[in-house]
Amino acid sequence: MLQMKDVSKVYRTEMVETHALRDLTLEVRAGEFVAVTGPSGSGKTTFLNIAGMLEELTGGVYTLDGVDVKSLDDKARSKLRNEKIGFIFQSFNLIPDLNLFDNVDVPLRYRRMGRGERHKRIETALERVGLASRKKHFPAELSGGQQQRVAIARAIAGGPTLLLADEPTGNLDSQMAREVMQLLEELNEQGTIVVIVTHDPEIAARAQRNVHIVDGVAADIERGPTLVQKDLQKDPKGFANAETIG
Amino acid sequence: MIGYYLDLAGRSLRRNVSLTLLMIVAVGFGVGASMTMLTVMHVLAKDPIPEKSKVLHYVQLDPRPLRGYSPGEEPLEQMTRQDAETLVREHRADRQALMTGGNATLVPARANLDPFNVDARWTSNEFFSMFDVPFLKGGPWSAQDDTNHGRVAVIGKQLAEKLFGSTDVVGFPVQVETTEMRIVGVLDDWRPIPHFYDLASDVYGQGEQLYVPWTTSRDLSLDRSGNMNCWDSKHDDPTVLGAPCEWIQMWVELDGDAKEVAYHDFLANYWADQVRSGHYERPVNIRLRNVTEYLDFNKVIPDDAKLGTYVALGFLIVCLVNTIGLLLTKFLRRSSEIGIRRALGASKVSIFVQLLIEAGVIGLVGGLLGLVLAGLGLWAIRHGASSYGDLAHLDMPMLAATFGLAIVASLLAGLLPAWRGCQVAPALQLKSH
Repeated sequence: MLQMKDVSKVYRTEMVETHALRDLTLEVRAGEFVAVTGPSGSGKTTFLNIAGMLEELTGGVYTLDGVDVKSLDDKARSKLRNEKIGFIFQSFNLIPDLNLFDNVDVPLRYRRMGRGERHKRIETALERVGLASRKKHFPAELSGGQQQRVAIARAIAGGPTLLLADEPTGNLDSQMAREVMQLLEELNEQGTIVVIVTHDPEIAARAQRNVHIVDGVAADIERGPTLVQKDLQKDPKGFANAETIG
Repeated sequence: MIGYYLDLAGRSLRRNVSLTLLMIVAVGFGVGASMTMLTVMHVLAKDPIPEKSKVLHYVQLDPRPLRGYSPGEEPLEQMTRQDAETLVREHRADRQALMTGGNATLVPARANLDPFNVDARWTSNEFFSMFDVPFLKGGPWSAQDDTNHGRVAVIGKQLAEKLFGSTDVVGFPVQVETTEMRIVGVLDDWRPIPHFYDLASDVYGQGEQLYVPWTTSRDLSLDRSGNMNCWDSKHDDPTVLGAPCEWIQMWVELDGDAKEVAYHDFLANYWADQVRSGHYERPVNIRLRNVTEYLDFNKVIPDDAKLGTYVALGFLIVCLVNTIGLLLTKFLRRSSEIGIRRALGASKVSIFVQLLIEAGVIGLVGGLLGLVLAGLGLWAIRHGASSYGDLAHLDMPMLAATFGLAIVASLLAGLLPAWRGCQVAPALQLKSH
């Protein structure tokens, strides 16, 4: 599904050249739940931005669902992003002027779906995150956890194959974080690929696989699904027994 | 998507009402001022006789002595009586008319009405058919009336109503100065703008209400008006035949290029004859301009109207520059929303169109305000001192142009801000939101 080979990203100014990613090679297959970890400034978010086609890569090859994204123009890239990818951000990134219904509607609008189809998908997505009854509310009227659930509803409404989450629990308390993670795991179980960037080892421990990035260089650490399952069985509510990575 | 973008524009504009109002006022004032002056220009610059402006030609010759001649100079603006009457008598064009402005005192038959002066035109009978003058009753006098110095007159609708309280007055007598004339026709409203056939009189005035045969006017020595230039003083009366004075306008109708060339040749031959007989001294210098060329050459639009238009358009540019600044601020303050939309699948083009539609909505509302302000501006011009004031009305084309200008102006103003808006780097905005 997602293949990166020797991907590099260099930020250049007149004075400085910063290598955010160095020859990163990675493959994420269908059905995987991958955690990308690493210290601050290691390049995790740059990786996610490139994976989500929000930034262009400097070198290497990135293929998403068999399409070389470097060859696409902005319109084709936006279409691919809209159809294949759902984003979840640490700060939720809901549009404050739109109610929940309209927020979830945003990606569907750019897909030019009919009104009936859009409404059906929005209702389903909001029901999925347990907020269907609050669709007329505005983001400011919700708690952080609820806002993140709306963001998840928005991300899944279009039926993406890949969910990219950047520190999705970073602004949430532990109870809310647990609920959000549970939701992401359920989505993964239903076939959606989840790639989550985190510096929280407990969150990372719940993934099937960890990719650890330091100074723009990635190391792939496999974790068997069995291990994750086992951990969850030990402590389904918390993260105390999850293995610490990096 | 247009409906969606319009909905988003409405939400965005309601979000910051004061900023929105500021932009609408800027566009409205710029458009209002511009449309006020453009409407005036539209009225003043329009073709006064569009269906015939290419076939009607103004004739200019130059019978002045060689003394003072400069090669390439313009011939005389008007014609001498000798030339004009000869050319009309020759009748080489499809139609021709000589004329001058005049004024006369009318003595009403109604006891309760005192004698009064009217603006008049002394001309020949083809004037009416040549200029498509509309008749309400009756018609022009005949060629025979011209030849026989007939005591006949054509009057305007307003004059008929003033004199008789009716327009059904063909055959009625009217006393012009001391002579009784028979009314043969009553004109419908007719006011060519500008008054192209005689630019020596009030170019944007009301026109004349009384028309009398040229020959009759000379018989009765009726007062003339307009410019007169003489280059010799050997005649006491500059209006007599043979006087070296230019004071008469002459128009000919020439339907087609071939006729125009033929008439020009006729004038050249006439000139040669005049040189041979000693009446003309200068080299051939003929002008035969059609209505459009004649108005262009004479630059009939008043300077104050032109200046006002330039100032108004300058003001519009200032307003648009301000609007650009405000839109730029508004759009860039929404960088985070733009970043979110980009992440969710909006292309740069989608964002560009969304922002441009928002600018267009401002233009539309600004256009409405501009329309009101243009109405006020035109009202002020109508009540001002300018000679063209009463012409300043907004017609349907200018109404549409007001909205067109407002929308185009605001779209132009929105181009740079929308382009900057769509260049927002989504990754940066999403992390910093």
